[in-house]
Amino acid sequence: MTGTQSITLHVNGEAVHAHVEPRLPLVDFLREHLGLTGTHVGCAHGVCGACSLRVDGRVVRGCLMLAVQADGATVETLEGLSERVALADLQDAFHRHNALQCGFCTAGMLLTAAELLEARDSVPARAEIRAHISGNYCRCTGYQAIVDAVAEVAANRIGGQA
Amino acid sequence: MKTNAFAYRRADTVEDAVRIAREEGDEARFLAGGQSLLAAMNFRLDEPTALIDISRIEDLRGVSRGDGEIVIGALTRHADVEASPVIAEHLPLVAAAIREVAHPAIRNRGTFGGSLALADPAAELPACAVALDARIHIAGPGGARAVAADDFFRGLYETALEPGELVTHVTVPLPAPEARHGFAELARRHGDYAMTGLAMMRAPERTRVVYFALSERPVRARAAEAAIERGASPADCAAVADEGLDVLGDNSASEATKRHYARVLLRRALEAIASPETTS
Repeated sequence: MTGTQSITLHVNGEAVHAHVEPRLPLVDFLREHLGLTGTHVGCAHGVCGACSLRVDGRVVRGCLMLAVQADGATVETLEGLSERVALADLQDAFHRHNALQCGFCTAGMLLTAAELLEARDSVPARAEIRAHISGNYCRCTGYQAIVDAVAEVAANRIGGQA
Repeated sequence: MKTNAFAYRRADTVEDAVRIAREEGDEARFLAGGQSLLAAMNFRLDEPTALIDISRIEDLRGVSRGDGEIVIGALTRHADVEASPVIAEHLPLVAAAIREVAHPAIRNRGTFGGSLALADPAAELPACAVALDARIHIAGPGGARAVAADDFFRGLYETALEPGELVTHVTVPLPAPEARHGFAELARRHGDYAMTGLAMMRAPERTRVVYFALSERPVRARAAEAAIERGASPADCAAVADEGLDVLGDNSASEATKRHYARVLLRRALEAIASPETTS
């Protein structure tokens, strides 16, 4: 049972088959084997949120999941979500509000914010937005502009007015 | 930072998991949500020779209402506990605590049983299990057994689990309709580990005041429990909150600060229980 393991999964809508070492983190598999570098690696122990990605519809830490655990799973990254225009309004709001400077945390922020907005049928308060993104660190913006951007999209998407 | 090399084996049933654990020996670990184990392995604080992936054992997942008790499968993810109508209706203490367990993305993977088996002294769920008089159900080479939560937690990351044993589910007796709960923790940022935390139950026949992040394991504050049962005021109960407890200072707060926090948290919780608008 040592050596490589065979895995089959769906990544951004495409079937992927690979042989991986058990110790390979899912985020490294995506970045180094598939070239999907939109998902970043920060702390590698689950604190910073830079490696956020979706597995079977839920946002998880790509550094705290092994590629072998994703066997049979459906994985979506920033690239896939961008391609199917699921984040366009968030990306636009982040741009207009200057909700990023270096951009390192942005992919994780976008995925985490999108998860909150998709789960809600009422507009979240700023405190709820802050609580939901509390596991995603940004060292540039001071968060205000990020919360502004998410709150605006929440009002537009859920509140129904521009 | 990368883990050491290890063998990966997937278990499809509890029997499978126990058999594989026997084959792989004492340096193998069960992999459930992996949200603490993989972080520790990335730092090489833990270097297991094998991971036994139990996360696909469907029988160990889900929350249900049994006869006079709530059954929580060990592999139920925190996010699913958070969304469970059974938990919201019958175990409001767990509903309150689960929102303070790490961050949403961690709650999407981390499991109820995994948190108990790890026994982090600053974790919320072990303290809730003790406050609720939960029983921890275990499978292993010697068969199945159950341990009261207060006997399960032995010390720093130390539990009653013997080598090769795993938690299968937790049973929680249904609290009396009149039961009131209190939950509060102090942390520097939302989702961080607590500097000091409190889980308490006040029912007609029993009072439980349980602290986490105060000692090596979740601890019952028996002096405070007795004061509450005597009908003492919140301030008087709070004054004896840390009496007789072995309190350990750590990087987050000194021993004296933690003792102060313990008293503050109990007074707040008792005042909240006493005020008529917070009836849950």
